[in-house]
Amino acid sequence: MKKYDVVTTISYPKKGAMGKTGSWRVFKPILDKDKCIKCLRCWIFCPEGTIIRKKDDSVEIDYEYCKGCGVCANVCPVKAIVMEREAEI
Amino acid sequence: MRVIIDTGNYISAKAAQMAKPDVVAAYPITPQTTIVEGIAKYVEDGEFSGEYICVESEHSAMSACIGASAAGARTFTATSAHGLLLMHEMLHWAALARLPIVMVNVNRAIGPGWSIWADENDSVAQRDTGWLQFYCSSNQEIFDTIIQAYRLAEHKDVQLPVMVSYDGFILSHTSMPVQIPEQNEIDDFILKRVPQWKLDVDNPVTHGNIIMPKDYPSIRRAMQDAQEKALELIPEITEEWRKRFGTYHGDLVECYRCDDAEFILIAVGALGAESKVAIDELREKGRRVGLARLRVFRPFPKQAVVELAKKADLIVLDRNISVGMEGAFFSEVKAALYGSSDAKVYGYIAGLGGKDVTYKDIEAMCEKVMDGKYKGYEWYDLEGE
Repeated sequence: MKKYDVVTTISYPKKGAMGKTGSWRVFKPILDKDKCIKCLRCWIFCPEGTIIRKKDDSVEIDYEYCKGCGVCANVCPVKAIVMEREAEI
Repeated sequence: MRVIIDTGNYISAKAAQMAKPDVVAAYPITPQTTIVEGIAKYVEDGEFSGEYICVESEHSAMSACIGASAAGARTFTATSAHGLLLMHEMLHWAALARLPIVMVNVNRAIGPGWSIWADENDSVAQRDTGWLQFYCSSNQEIFDTIIQAYRLAEHKDVQLPVMVSYDGFILSHTSMPVQIPEQNEIDDFILKRVPQWKLDVDNPVTHGNIIMPKDYPSIRRAMQDAQEKALELIPEITEEWRKRFGTYHGDLVECYRCDDAEFILIAVGALGAESKVAIDELREKGRRVGLARLRVFRPFPKQAVVELAKKADLIVLDRNISVGMEGAFFSEVKAALYGSSDAKVYGYIAGLGGKDVTYKDIEAMCEKVMDGKYKGYEWYDLEGE
């Protein structure tokens, strides 16, 4: 990756630049692989790149960085992803 | 090389066209309008191959230049008064992002009351944005300074935006003969822009992300270092221009009949040009007085001012007022001298809102000081006084 010398606020791509953001999560996406139809909408819409696409187009969720926004559950056409509370208050 | 006779604004448009920016984004405002019209005509005539974006405001004009410049493009814009003020937020952004945008600002008074006439308060109010600021006193100087501004802004050790200002109507709408070099000579002088960082899909980066308190001071310090580097580069660039093209307007400061002077008048822009006539008249009368026309406000030529004060006491003429204090150049000249000089500094506010200041007026101001009749900081020729 090319680095620049000029002193201004340039951020270079790096996994977890802001730390392990999975700890921010209140609701956790739970994937039911039996229901998944491999449409990849969750993979397309996830704003954080935490849906991992496998070779056969099945998906996994990277809980180290998933912030629990719920977009994946919202766009899933077969409700294969549901959001569950991380803990009771 | 050929000579054309045209107004300051059409000369600006010509300089902008010959600098070959990839993107021009501008919004018309009196008295800058004819620059925008001039560039539009180059587009219409097929003499400008860059992208010309007609934006809906000056804030957008500067934003478009920032986006284009961040992608590696050479950019140009022009504005005046309220347009410049509307850009204010994005001026800071352009400088902190280290983008070498070149902009012309035609100095005009701020309303209300609605004034379209010359006054430096618009650009002086942008002092702390990180932009380099030049003030011109003739149409030739406007052309030369715009071209030189690209060379300076895009220098790898500067990488800051440059503002080139001149007096509304007095220069913007007055025709003068101007020497125009050939296009290939301009190309050779400016060089090709080599972006020091850019938004590039092949090498993705994010710009303007959060910066923690421990790192923020470093980006400000880097800007300060770049401005100080510009103090060294400006004389080199103006000297190289003189050798190549023969025209020269001073480096940081233009000194006129300063040798053996007991008093040196400091003036800016068109008032600086008018002051030369006043100095000639005063010299005719045997007065030992000279002129130092400041061409650059940022970076402020501190050392040059200290050198002037070794020879003479100073009289500073300001076509602007930092209300609650005094004229900006008066303040800064004194600040530059603090601890290095015991020279006296006298000051006048004159010509606000385009009020006419003739060489006779400038003579009178100088004589009042030289005759010991100066009673303190003065607003010259104020109505009702």
